[in-house]
Order: sequence, then structure tokens, then C-alpha cells
Amino acid sequence: MNPRTSIAIGAGKLTGAASRLFGRGGGTAIAGLTALRIEPGLVATLAAHIERGSVLVTGTNGKTTTTSMLDAIAREAGTGTFTNPSGSNLMRGIATALAGEAGLTGDLRNPDRLGVFEVDEATVPEAARALAPRTVVFTNLFRDQLDRYGEVDTVAEIWRAALRELPDTTAIVLNVDDPAVASLAEDARGPVVGYGVEDTNVASDAELGLDHAADYRFCIGCGAELAYDAAFYGHVGHWRCGACGRARPVPDVAATSVRLTPQHSTVTLTHNGHDLTVALPLAGLYNVQNALAAATAAFALGFEADAIGRALIAFAPAFGRQERFDVDGREVIVYLAKNPTGLNQVLRTITTDNLPDYFLMFLNDGIQDGRDISWIWDADYELLRAETRSVVVSGTRAEELVLRLKYADIAATLERDTERALAAALESTPRGETLYVIPTYTAMLDVRELLARRASKRPFWEAAS
Amino acid sequence: MNIYGDRGNVLCLTRRCRERGIEAEVNELGAGETLTDGAHHLIFMGGAQDREQQRVVADLRRTKGPALLEAADAGTVILAVCGAYQLFGTHYVAASGERLEGLGLFDCWTEHPGPADDRLIGNVVATLAEPAIPTSSRDGGHPFTMVGFENHGGRTHLGAAAQPLAHVRSGYGNNGKDGTEGARRNNAFGTYIHGSLLPKNPAFADMLIALALGVDELAPLDDEIENAAHTAALRLVGRLR
Repeated sequence: MNPRTSIAIGAGKLTGAASRLFGRGGGTAIAGLTALRIEPGLVATLAAHIERGSVLVTGTNGKTTTTSMLDAIAREAGTGTFTNPSGSNLMRGIATALAGEAGLTGDLRNPDRLGVFEVDEATVPEAARALAPRTVVFTNLFRDQLDRYGEVDTVAEIWRAALRELPDTTAIVLNVDDPAVASLAEDARGPVVGYGVEDTNVASDAELGLDHAADYRFCIGCGAELAYDAAFYGHVGHWRCGACGRARPVPDVAATSVRLTPQHSTVTLTHNGHDLTVALPLAGLYNVQNALAAATAAFALGFEADAIGRALIAFAPAFGRQERFDVDGREVIVYLAKNPTGLNQVLRTITTDNLPDYFLMFLNDGIQDGRDISWIWDADYELLRAETRSVVVSGTRAEELVLRLKYADIAATLERDTERALAAALESTPRGETLYVIPTYTAMLDVRELLARRASKRPFWEAAS
Repeated sequence: MNIYGDRGNVLCLTRRCRERGIEAEVNELGAGETLTDGAHHLIFMGGAQDREQQRVVADLRRTKGPALLEAADAGTVILAVCGAYQLFGTHYVAASGERLEGLGLFDCWTEHPGPADDRLIGNVVATLAEPAIPTSSRDGGHPFTMVGFENHGGRTHLGAAAQPLAHVRSGYGNNGKDGTEGARRNNAFGTYIHGSLLPKNPAFADMLIALALGVDELAPLDDEIENAAHTAALRLVGRLR
């Protein structure tokens, strides 16, 4: 074997260990980065040993949760996995995951496993080349970090090019409710498996029409404005083009019944005429779609419905995605939101119960958050107007968020320091009530750490039952 | 077109009118709809992706173009942000070399250097080239600075007849080279600054409203939160990247 591979694996392991030892993070990216600097082909070399092949999950929203669900399904079915740590979705994150499981000789420990990898939108071509995946899942395409990716169309073009390079054995899992994602079928060389929500009871009010944040209002084929028989959120729904006849394909795996509450969801998945009903411990239509994406990929990979159901029922939220903490008798739920479509879904989920709400919101403009914060003007904070009791705002661009909330007629308190902001928000939240924390990505990392430190070992809502 | 929070600009104009007891009605003009002569005091157009821009360019020239040019000559206030600003120029040269005719409302043209060149992306601070009229919020606010964010591939060059809207203090502006930002003709303003532009630039927003109403003064508003957002954006200048 190539001696560079051994050196790369060894250096990666050392860097990761040093990073953890000196408290500079979990070593999730730096180890892979070091290893890739020494041997750029490391991922391909190691991936060749993964005996059950790999699945890639990409898309603007839902990557982390879908990947985590698919990982849970595989484990529930008795299949071990290789997976990248939450959110570390560039090549370096995948390299870290594999180098950590590799011996210095370049062999993988227990290679009889499935690779389940979350992949950044723009990293899809490189990851697809290196991993030669069995399946690629595309969840959705919304505007996100336009300062980093340029335009939404740029991402779609990157995906199309990647699809044309994949072998014709790779199954492509697509969300048919998203017209931008559904159109990828035309560039897929392998089998295409579509998933979608059939239950239109969960559509938004018809008279409201599409959200302000709808990015694909126009037909990809002919450019005419799309019509919607049911609009879920953003440009996601039952779409069709009146001009050229292009329309949402019939999904192979469908959510035929969806019931949403502010705490959890119940969904019936229909596949090949068989129904699978799952009580999902996550709220929000977007999480139903994540479960649908994971289940569809699992069906495509040959997993049984039983394992899919068991894994989804017992699913524990991914890092910062509806994670719950009990702090001094208050329930704290962290909802990561980093683009207008994701944020609108979060706001809608929180406000379905018509109960008073308490908030801690963060707006950071770090590179990982996106430098451009203009997206908050496309999110519908107005949804919160009726129920909001208190809002504390923090983050590097807190002033802009306070201004945005003023436009929604919501008064907010600005507290720049994360720890003091959390303390103020907890103080404003009566015992027994829920504090909703809505951070951007980098703020999520900070506030989550504070919460984990302050939280009780056993959540009160479990202790009570 | 709306991509970079342009909705905030419309919200801002209507809110600042409403708070002063000035009635404001917003009409959305879709493809195929034209302007009614003299029916509007203020016309706003935002940005979009290239694909959507190509879709509106024909409509803009054929359907709305003549009325827009007339409105501009008549002194109607027009604000065109990012993509709309580009389309309001004389022409646009795409990365492929293809030339798209613009509306010619501003004497400027834009060329896309191609995908190999970086987009011009980042926070912007610019100084208004020449305030159109005095406004009441000048004293309390920041009338001569504009803050926001830019993200554009195209480089815009001003022709001999064009005035810049502002001069860049930090950021790229029209082309990253000559220090100009945006363009102005009569009461029509083109700019690359989004973010949204108007909510955190209340003095500029009020200047547009005052021009639209043909008044020199507007009743002052409580702009503490607006000015805090403006000042916070000013502080980004020189921040380590």
C-alpha cells in the first residue's frame, strides 16, 4: 500500500487527539484536514474497503437529521455504520470519520458496515467521486448562505453535473415536493426513487399562497410561474406548470397521513401498498420529511419496514435540532435555524399550540453562519406576534434582529454576551414553561454547550411521568 | 424579484409612512402588467437569480419599460436594487459574451467577467454622493452613510451621463475599482446594497418618502433601534475576516 496513506492516517489521529486534549473542539474537522493535506485521495482509498457501500445525504435543510435517522435505522437493523459527526459535512469530516476507524495499514476496522455520510451541497461532486455511493439522497434546495454559494441555481448545476458522473447503479432519492430537487431526475443515470407528502391537510392556508422565501416560483422547463394545488412551505408542495404540463411526479414512498403537534408527529408511510405508521418524537412537517427521506433511502437499501419504524420511534434529536434540556425547572428546546425556509418552519412549529412563548434568539454572521444576514427579512417573524411574551436577542448582529422584530411589532431585549443572554431569557421564562432557543449555526454550538452544563441529568418531563 | 430580503424595503417604506399618518398602498406588478400613468409615487424593484432575471428582462423592456422611463423623467421616485439596478442600465454582457439590452434608465452597463472571477461579496459602507433634499431625520440619523451587504458577479461601469449614488468607504460597490456605488438619475436610484437596505438606513428611506411626497420635512420618528442597527453595521468595517 501507499506509505502516504499510513502517514496521513497517523497524522490525522494524532491531530484529532491533540485537538480534543487541548480542548480545541471535538477534533472533528482538524484530523481529517491534516490527513487530507498529506494524502488527498485518502477518502477514496479507505472508502473502497467499506463492504456495504455508502449513502450520501445532501440538501439545504434536513441533512443532519436525515443522516442521523438513516444511521439509526441501519443500526436498528443490525448493520454497523461509518458516519461523519454532526454537521462536519465537508471532505475533511468524512476523512475524520474514516481515518478514526482505520489502522495505520489502511484497513478499516469491522469493514462490514454501511457508510452514511452527510455532505455539504457544494461538496457533492467530490464526495460522489471519492465514495462511489450506492445511494444519494437530495432533501431540498433553498437559498442558504448566498454569500458562500452564489446563487441557488449554482448549487442545482453542481448537483446535475455530479449526477451525470455517477454510475448507473447509484440509486437517487429525491423529494418530489421540491420542484428543484424533482427535476434532478432528468440527470440521474441510475434508478430514481421519489418521496413526498400526500396528505394535504398539512398544507398552509391556500389564500396565503407561497411564503416570501419561495425560491423556485417558476418552471424549470419553460419558465412559467408554477401553480400549487397544495403549498407546504417555501416552494415545496404539490406543484405543476400550467404552461408545459410538467408536474410533481407521483412519489414511490409517500406520507399518506400526517398529524402534527408542537411536541411530536405521527406519520403513515406508504410504500408498495404497505403502510407503516410511526409516532415520531419530533415536531414540524420538516421533520416528517426528514423521516420520509431516511425511510425512502432505507427502503432503497433493502432495510425492512420493522427496523425503519423502530428506529424512527426511538429517534433522539441530532445536535441542536430540537434538542431538549431541563434547566431549573424550565424546558429549553434548541431549534437551529440558518435560512429563511428553515426558520419559517421552526416558527410555524412553535406557534401551532397557541400558547405563550418565550424566546432566546441569536444572529451571528460568522463564515459558517453566512456573512449575509438579509435572509431574516424574508422570514415570517410576524407569526410570533400574538403569542410572544418575551424575547432576548444576542449574537454578533443582534441589532439587526432587534430591528427585524420591531417590524413584526415584537419588542426584544438585546444582550450581547451569550451566557448573560441565556440567564436573562431563563429569568423571563416562568418555571414549568418552555424557552425556545433559536440560534444560527455558530451560536448553536456556544449555547448548546452552556445548556449542557446547566441542564439536569434527568429531564423533568421524564421524571414526572 | 426578491432574493436578498428585499421585502424589508417595502415593509420599511409603508411602515415609515403609516407611523406618520401617511396612507400608503402597495401594488405588486407581475409579469405582463404595466404601470398606470402617474398612479405611483414610488417604484421599487429588487434582485433575482440570473435565470429569473432573464425571464423579467423581456417583460421589463417591452411591457413596463416605456412607462418606467416616463416615470423617471417625471421625477417619480424609483429604487432599483442589485439585479434590478443591472437591468436598468443600458446593457449587460454575460459571462458567455452574450449582450442583453437593458432598459437604459441609468447610463451604466454591467459585464460579468465569468465564473473564474470572484463575485463581489461582503458588507458595504458608502457615503451618499449628494443628498437629494434635506430631511428631518438628518440630525438624529446618519443621512450620508449607507450600510448593507452586496453580492454580485457583474461589474457595473458608469457612463459619462451617470452620477454615482454613493462613494464606497468599505466594500466593492459598482465594480470594486473606481470607488463608486450605484447610480442616480433624477429621483431614480440604483444600488447594489441589500440587507435590507432601507430599514437600517432610515435617513435614506425618509429621503425617498420625502421626494415621493414632494415635501422638505417629515415628522421625526423614534429611530433608536434603526440607528443602533446602522451603527452596528458601520462597526463591521475593518473587522477581521
